Order: sequence, then structure tokens, then C-alpha cells
Amino acid sequence: MQGLMNGKRGLIMGLANDKSIAWGIAQACAEQGAELAFSYQGDAVKKRVLPLAEQLGSNIVLPCDVGDMASIDAMFDGLKEHWDHFDFVVHAIGFSDKSELRGRYVDTSLDNFLMTMNISVYSFTAVAQRAEKMMPNGGSLLTLTYYGAEKVMPHYNVMGLAKSALETSVQYMAEDLGKQNIRVNAISAGTIKTLAASGIGDFRYIMKWTEHNSPLRRTVTTTEVGKSAMYLLSDLSSAVTGTVHHVDSGYHVVGMKAVDAPDITVDKKD
Amino acid sequence: MSDIADRVRKIVVEHLGVEEDKVVENASFIDDLGADSLDTVELVMAFEEEFGIEIPDDAAESIQSFGDAVAFVTKAS
Repeated sequence: MQGLMNGKRGLIMGLANDKSIAWGIAQACAEQGAELAFSYQGDAVKKRVLPLAEQLGSNIVLPCDVGDMASIDAMFDGLKEHWDHFDFVVHAIGFSDKSELRGRYVDTSLDNFLMTMNISVYSFTAVAQRAEKMMPNGGSLLTLTYYGAEKVMPHYNVMGLAKSALETSVQYMAEDLGKQNIRVNAISAGTIKTLAASGIGDFRYIMKWTEHNSPLRRTVTTTEVGKSAMYLLSDLSSAVTGTVHHVDSGYHVVGMKAVDAPDITVDKKD
Repeated sequence: MSDIADRVRKIVVEHLGVEEDKVVENASFIDDLGADSLDTVELVMAFEEEFGIEIPDDAAESIQSFGDAVAFVTKAS
């Protein structure tokens, strides 16, 4: 199938480099004919986003610090200079103090708790508030979450709480925006080695474990998440809203270690 | 020059877009080769991929120069 997203315009938030999940999504949408805009935070990321945007034929690359409401407003003002309306948003943004993505959740500080919730949860709501005004014909909003929202995963800690809240916000916003034909969904992606994941303690162990124990016995790629995201952003999913769609080789259904999976443990050198 | 050093140098040259002769033993990625904070993480990820090794976070933070990287990879592979 070709051209499933012809005539659709979308904003991609949270692209960092070509290992990003947002890159897999952007590529899948562009392949099907979507026109894209990108937001970035900081010059280090800008340097990486510019050439990637260009690869997909986009010249709309806007700065946005989602922790600052004025910056989100400015980004949407910038977007309006190019587009009077658009059709979809990809929100692939989360942040927490790296030093609290190891050790115990119970030791989380108030400052980091609030910052994590602000950047990883509220930012999607703040973006939805502004995006709905530019979606007179309906639209699709998509965010990224992780299994650590549902069950305890090592070191995911306060990020797990943030992803739980994010998933719940998907449900409430699906109700709020449904009458305008704006759909709101999340993809719960399997473990992928991205820049963001490099902040999570023992990440390689978590990846190996899911690889050995997921029903498909493998990890997932950003291309695969991209294809599923394209479905949720396109009219293929026109009656789907408020859902968390797992793109995780099926890991979320597993109850215990597979009988054929090797016993592995974290390799600590110290 | 060992094979490992050559492969590490190739990654550094390609990733940071620097001249090969600038990538010397004591060349600091950030101070001498113009890397930003994301580059250092991306380099570590590239070394892991190239050599099929795992570089734990603590070790990753200590890899600041070309020499550090070659020494770590040599020990790990």
C-alpha cells in the first residue's frame, strides 16, 4: 500500500538522532506521503535534527522546550506560519534525572518527581491543548510509553509512574477530544537502545531479558514501531482512540521466564 | 597501530567529522575534537555496536579521549 498519508501534515516532537523511535515514525509517515514538521530542544539536538528533517523533505524545524509553556506557544506560532491546520502529532518526549533511574524508586526526590511528571506527562497535555485548535477536521495524537507503567521494571522508577499518568491522560484526552474527531493513543514500545534509554541503569540486561522471554523471542526496531505508529496516525485506525498499543514482541503478556530462556544475570564488574 | 585503534579512529573520524591526524592518543573528544555531550553517548553506542561489547554507564563516563576508548575496547574485547 502506498500513499496512506497523502495530504496529511504532522508534527514530530522528540527526534534526537537516527536511533530515535521518533525517526522510525517520521520515516514511516513520510514514506506514505505525509508532510512533516519537527521540534527540537537545544543546539546539540538541532544539529542532528536538521539533516534528518531535510532527508524527509521537511524545512520546518522549530525549537521547543516543553517545560516552558511560552516556548510551546512560540513553537505553535512558528508552525502556523507554515500551516493553518494539521493532522497529527507524535510526542516522543520524556525526561528524568539519570541518577534516579537506578537504585530505589522510594528514594525519589520531590524536585525530580515534579520535573519528570512535568516533562514526561504534562507536556503531552499542553501540546494537545494547542494542537486541537489547529485540527478543525479532526486529527490523531500519539505518545510513547513503556511497560514499566504497568508493571515494575528494574530502575524505571519514577519514569514508570510518569508513564502510568501519561497512559491515563491518553484516556481522558480521548474522551475530551473525541467529539472533534481527534483521536489520542499511545504506543508501548519494547526495549530499544536509544539515546534516552542510555540513561536507564542495566538497560542491556533488560533488553536481553525481553529478547529471551518475549513471545517473538526478539527485540523490536524503530522501523517496526514506526509502522505501527503510522497505522495509529493514519485513517487505517479511524475508530481507534484512548488505547495503549503494545509494539513489544508480545512481552506484555508474559507471566514468567520462558522455559527455554537462559538464566541471565547482570554482569557487574565491580 | 593496532586494528582496534584503527577501527576506533574510523568511528571517531566519521562521527565527529574530524581529520584523521587529529585523533591522537590524548585527544579529548570534547576539548580537542569538538564533541558535544550527545556525541560522547553516541560514540560509546557506536563502539558497542562495532566491537559487540557492553560498556557500562560508569565506564562510559570515564571514556573521555581516543586513548581511553582504545584502552577500554582492548580490555573488553
